[in-house]
Amino acid sequence: MPTHYDAIIIGGGHNGLTAAAYLAKAGKKVLVLERRHILGGAAVTEEIYPGFKFSVCSYVVSLLRPEIIRELELAKHGLHIIPLDCSYMPMENGDYFAMWPDAASTRAEIRRHSLRDADIYPEFANLMYHMGFAVKPILNTVPPDPLAPGLDGARALLDLVKHFGAFDRKMFAYFTKLMTMSAADFLEEWFETDILKSAFSVSSIIGTMLGPLSPGTAYVLLHHYMGELDGAFTAWGFQKGGTGAVSEAIASAARSFGAETRCNAPVAQVILKNGQAVGVALEDGTELYAQKIISGCDPYLTFLKFIGEKHLPSEFAQAIRNFKFRGSSGKVNLALDGLPHFTSLPHPGLLQGVIDIAPSLNFLEQAYDDAKYGDFSRRPLLDCIIPSVIDPSMAPPGKHVMSLFVQYAPYKLNGGWNDQQREAFGDACINTLAEFAPNIKDLILHRQVLSPWDLEQQFGLTEGNIFHGELTLDQLFFLRPAPGWANYRTPIRNYYQCGSGTHPGGGITGGPGRLAAFEILKDWKM
Amino acid sequence: MPRPTPFHSRTSALCESHSWQEWSGYLSANMYELEHTHEYYAIRTACGLFDLSPLYKYHIHGRDAERLLNRVVTRDVSKCAVGQVFYTPWCDDDGKVIDDGTLARLGPNHFRLTAAEPTFHWLEQNAVGLDVQVEDVSEAVAALSLQGPTSRAILNALAAEPITDLRYFRLTQTALAGIPVTVSRTGYTGDLGYEVWAAPQDAERLWDALMEAGQAFRLRAMGYQAMDMTRIEAGLLLINVDFYSASKTSFAIQKSTPYELGLGWTVKLDKAPFNGQRALQREHAQGAAWATVGLEVSLPALEAIYRSFGMPLYMPAHAWSAAVPVYAAGKQIGKATSGTWSPILKKSIAIARLHPQFAQPGAKVQIEVTVEAYRRQAEATVVKMPFFDPPRKRQ
Repeated sequence: MPTHYDAIIIGGGHNGLTAAAYLAKAGKKVLVLERRHILGGAAVTEEIYPGFKFSVCSYVVSLLRPEIIRELELAKHGLHIIPLDCSYMPMENGDYFAMWPDAASTRAEIRRHSLRDADIYPEFANLMYHMGFAVKPILNTVPPDPLAPGLDGARALLDLVKHFGAFDRKMFAYFTKLMTMSAADFLEEWFETDILKSAFSVSSIIGTMLGPLSPGTAYVLLHHYMGELDGAFTAWGFQKGGTGAVSEAIASAARSFGAETRCNAPVAQVILKNGQAVGVALEDGTELYAQKIISGCDPYLTFLKFIGEKHLPSEFAQAIRNFKFRGSSGKVNLALDGLPHFTSLPHPGLLQGVIDIAPSLNFLEQAYDDAKYGDFSRRPLLDCIIPSVIDPSMAPPGKHVMSLFVQYAPYKLNGGWNDQQREAFGDACINTLAEFAPNIKDLILHRQVLSPWDLEQQFGLTEGNIFHGELTLDQLFFLRPAPGWANYRTPIRNYYQCGSGTHPGGGITGGPGRLAAFEILKDWKM
Repeated sequence: MPRPTPFHSRTSALCESHSWQEWSGYLSANMYELEHTHEYYAIRTACGLFDLSPLYKYHIHGRDAERLLNRVVTRDVSKCAVGQVFYTPWCDDDGKVIDDGTLARLGPNHFRLTAAEPTFHWLEQNAVGLDVQVEDVSEAVAALSLQGPTSRAILNALAAEPITDLRYFRLTQTALAGIPVTVSRTGYTGDLGYEVWAAPQDAERLWDALMEAGQAFRLRAMGYQAMDMTRIEAGLLLINVDFYSASKTSFAIQKSTPYELGLGWTVKLDKAPFNGQRALQREHAQGAAWATVGLEVSLPALEAIYRSFGMPLYMPAHAWSAAVPVYAAGKQIGKATSGTWSPILKKSIAIARLHPQFAQPGAKVQIEVTVEAYRRQAEATVVKMPFFDPPRKRQ
């Protein structure tokens, strides 16, 4: 087995795999080292229960950069994303709110709740569409250091200024509001119906230890609106065969360029020589060397575990220590003996989309209140999909898999996480779901519950934060993960970072991996 | 899921083609027969019957009803008498057109506004501080359009009192076969025609009465394709084809002012303050960036292009709505947004938006024509619209 490579990438998550693919495509000899038995990081499909495929962590896709899909020819390698073109939200009074695949039906549905909101909604949708279009260039821009941009940075800043200069006054005002307000306040300016505000607030609190009334959540809302599917902005979908197939497609592309991947290869340390990164040491003692070492793991692991504080400048180490992880999410994956029966469901077709248990803004904020004081939400937000309704490969005939993404489950739980607390958390999720689909408990063949502690232990997500660090403004763009170190380089020569702890942040985007690869290739030319 | 209009039981029974399109969440027939030709000719030689119900309709009433509408629309509503109908656009603060529709004064403080897009919120927003009620009656009012030379005779056969003296763009309350209706002498075809407004529960009876009385006058149900040809002949603009609503796009290139759309005649600049007034005053002083004109495409030029491929001239029988470039002096000077072969005029016509310097009637321009995927240009002449304007329209 070779021991010398051009580049070694620590962590086989989708960003690490993306970086590997681009580096290999550029002719570099690349090795990806993954601790687990399976590539993909938090974008994995596992058959936790025989015959049922679970998208164990990440369950939907939208933010995957179209450039990556195109440049790595991912469709050829198995990328197959099916649109989630509707949503259903049961309410506590037996009513519901739905978004349908076509605009006319959605309008009729909103009209059922409010004529004003039905008129306003297309303008809101148009605004978010424009925002998605407007922020796209940012997603593909290496954050410049505003105090020392250099030639490339200056060019990037100028491009951004030109791009935002094309905004009209109204658009620029909205952009500023989205960057600063709470989701609730932002939505309050548009809609009068509580269930609509609640529906749109869901994506403002995904993966974030904030409630819809907390300032900064309008940004998270925007982040989730930046997605697109085949050029249709703001659309979301799920990958056929589960999210792991996305990682597999990227890995396949990487391998097609000659990259090597190894599983069951946990890295213990980066090997430093004269303060430079020269290789990695695996936990079993194996040493592997490369010109460049790249970490796809989160900033805590990247710096404080693989390097260690004593080798880092102290202010930088402090910045990383201060980088907010504070996982707030959990996951419940179910193997079901049949379809859950939602009592207020008007049409079975709606089960092909997203099912949100978010019956009111107060419900969401109260769920956050529990977490604020160190408990998991007694009645949590559940963002659910039943992919087997469309994709027969996910479960045996007549049976189903259901994915429940949960807010909130604080990493720092009162009394700490253990098996008992995990089960109690799972029960809280199922009990809440059962309020709206009473037959759910009778259908459960198997239940997998992941607390933030499990996410950390099993998937290497520090404090269980799904984004490798909170997506708050103070931790974004040129501040991610630390001021002066947002361009994928690190204070250690030949050591780089390419995970979601760098720009453009979390979600299955591939953006960090791709931008990091380009920066690394630039350094190689020097 | 599409919703049925109040006339759906009748229109669906007649729609042999099963060709429908979605209009504001309803189904609207494209044509009733497999070809729309008979329906087009019915409009120009006898009478066509069209289901208008999917239009958005609002009742505005109260002491400040006129004030509200004068704030919103560009026309001077104080000049709209009881029983009169105005066609008008309305704009945003930048003078960009949001929508257009008809405004009917049903009583001193009572108006009905029709619109292509939902407008309740916009009206309410503008009504703050005013003593006025805005009611969405979109689903409470069923509407039909009767267009063509025998339309008057058909209505007279059913009306409680003859409507012969009903003037152009006026309305009257009457009854047809005992069914209470409002009849307005309005339409989207540029011909003699009427629109009939009724309660949804009377819709089917009304349709049946009209179809029965209309038999002697060759009345036909007509669909959107036939209507589209006639509205182009009439030089009437269609939203989302000839212009976009300024509230549905955030891109400047997709927004238009009334002046750019050739609707300057609807703008009463010096009335009391209204939405977009300042911007429109500036534009009126400086001149609009675009002019909307009619084009008559030269048939010999088209024939020559086809002949160069060894083919005869091919004229599609229905209107087109994919915009094509228009050139002059070797560069692009605008675009034609919709057009059609006009059987009644025997001309190929188009509605175009051009740089004003090329928009004088009589000016010669080049319109793009694609034959067998080869792009060519055919000479066209700028003309004033409407293309078709029969005396019977106003008599």
